[in-house]
Amino acid sequence: MTTAVLPREDYLNTDYSLRSWLLTTDHKRICILYLVTITLFFAIGGAFAAMIRLSLATPTGSLVSDETYNKLFTMHGIIMVFFFLVPSIPATLGNFFIPIMIGAKDVAFPKLNLASWYIFTIGGCFTLWALITGGVDTGWTFYTPFSTLSSNTNVSLAALGIFIAGFASILTGLNFMVTIHRMRAPGMTWFRMPLFLWSMYATSLIMVLGTPVLAITLLLVAAERLLHLGIFDPARGGDPVLFQHLFWFYSHPAVYIMIVPSMGVVSEIIAAFSRKRVFGYEFVAFSSLAIAVFGFLVWGHHLFVAGLSVYSAMVFSLLSYVVAIPSAVKVFNWTATLYKGSISFATPMLYAFGFIWMFTIGGLTGLFLASLGLDIHLTDTYFVVAHFHYIMVGGAIMGYMGGLHYWWPKMTGRMYPEGWAKIGALTIFLGFNLTFFPQFILGYMGMPRRYHVYPPEFQTLNVLSSAGASILGIGYLIPLVYLLWSLKYGPIAGDNPWNAKGLEWQTTSPPPKHNFEETPVVTEEAYNYGGLEESHVG
Amino acid sequence: MSEHIVPKSTYYTIFVLLLVLTYTTVQVAYFDLGPFNVVAALGIAFLKASLVVLFFMHAKWAPKLQKLIMAGALFWLAIMFSFTMMDYLTRFLDVAR
Repeated sequence: MTTAVLPREDYLNTDYSLRSWLLTTDHKRICILYLVTITLFFAIGGAFAAMIRLSLATPTGSLVSDETYNKLFTMHGIIMVFFFLVPSIPATLGNFFIPIMIGAKDVAFPKLNLASWYIFTIGGCFTLWALITGGVDTGWTFYTPFSTLSSNTNVSLAALGIFIAGFASILTGLNFMVTIHRMRAPGMTWFRMPLFLWSMYATSLIMVLGTPVLAITLLLVAAERLLHLGIFDPARGGDPVLFQHLFWFYSHPAVYIMIVPSMGVVSEIIAAFSRKRVFGYEFVAFSSLAIAVFGFLVWGHHLFVAGLSVYSAMVFSLLSYVVAIPSAVKVFNWTATLYKGSISFATPMLYAFGFIWMFTIGGLTGLFLASLGLDIHLTDTYFVVAHFHYIMVGGAIMGYMGGLHYWWPKMTGRMYPEGWAKIGALTIFLGFNLTFFPQFILGYMGMPRRYHVYPPEFQTLNVLSSAGASILGIGYLIPLVYLLWSLKYGPIAGDNPWNAKGLEWQTTSPPPKHNFEETPVVTEEAYNYGGLEESHVG
Repeated sequence: MSEHIVPKSTYYTIFVLLLVLTYTTVQVAYFDLGPFNVVAALGIAFLKASLVVLFFMHAKWAPKLQKLIMAGALFWLAIMFSFTMMDYLTRFLDVAR
């Protein structure tokens, strides 16, 4: 590794001008644009989270006013969900690695790809404007009738920002689907594709099919607020529960937009650092698609106490249990991959292990919430907050961080400091669990979400949680510092620092503008770590 | 992918058909068909949408994969409608009985 040198010409050093970045159609540069943008949004969303946890350190709710507290958790949710988690892995790692992993020069529609980033950024600006000029207090879910009749905050403006950013999501999904269908290199059959590509395909499917429904739902909220149409307001012939149906038709599958890409990343990392083919490759591949499809059939479990009919609640409850099957297929198959593998505990692998641990807790507590009786006790408590943070932060962000570390040497040509990276990964893991595990107990004991005044007996657990949040915050700062440091001072990584399989490791680090000197020809299955002849049949 | 050339006359015919169907929608609104008011309005709307998709959007001449994707989108819409209606139509169903 010490003898490695940076390639003479790569996508980063071809042109340094601002214009070359802002008008680029190179998927790798667009990844970097997204990376910078979503890191900024993550910092803003994180700052809101810090203020929430600070306020909750005392039971009296004396730090901020009630109205401000409502705005804090709303803006934390809106920024984190729509402007960080949804684009996180697809728009960055997906953008960078989908074309390279299938042996293509770029995505199918490079200009559309750049347009997506602009649309996303414009949407983000609208939402930020809404936040700066007074904020929103509806919760990230915009539930009616509060959002349409009562709230006198910037609901329409924030919704407009999300509406606009949604189109970036749709176009990115479309771009990826067409790219995977049409741009694969010779020999790259569907069943030779790395599992990250299967997961990105499943994610794209959700983006394309789900996001338009969110767009129309937010448009209807704005229509009712501004034009006083009777859509969700019972007094004008509307129905507030209809909003919940429409909203969760997108927003439940949106959870899978966040977690399925992470599952793909974890498959890559587990294979590379166990030196083995992923156990049951086909099952893991199809489980991504199964999660994407089943994800659309379970939204009703968010409505169990909202007046949903008992019959339909039973159907939604049953279907919600069904999602556990493809999820369990993944977890068991990753574990089976480790069996007799040559395991190394490099930083990406630590994140992958963290993912499996926290996704399992998050997934299993999801079953608590899918059961009709228990959900009545747990609805709108901190149990729900803990559950979805275990999925969205413990799962999705661990996968994102793991992927970022795994592919960082490829993206930048340089290694990060391994010691600091391990400290960072462990800090995040400990900080995260200390923040959110107490919230399961708080919720089970009956502490409702979205309140900042609570009975004094809940204070110990809340202080633990706030302490964990400060550790988690430091945990996220550590990678930010050393990754930036590594851009200039990191040791040169070489083309394949992990000695991993996959087309992305066959080109230079960082890759040239068009990814490969010659179009690669694929002759073996993915993760052929044994160096075996083709063993896949069919 | 070869583009299918559609004669202008087809577009004009479809346009006239759409106008006729719009006129029909208006006329039907003058009759009280009871529960079939909505059925009639949505039926005509579906017919009009189909004409637009098939001819103006060239779905009639599209390759199979594109047709599959369009059918998939319709299927997903059907999921949304049917599962939402599953709630509304069973609100007063006594499942314990």
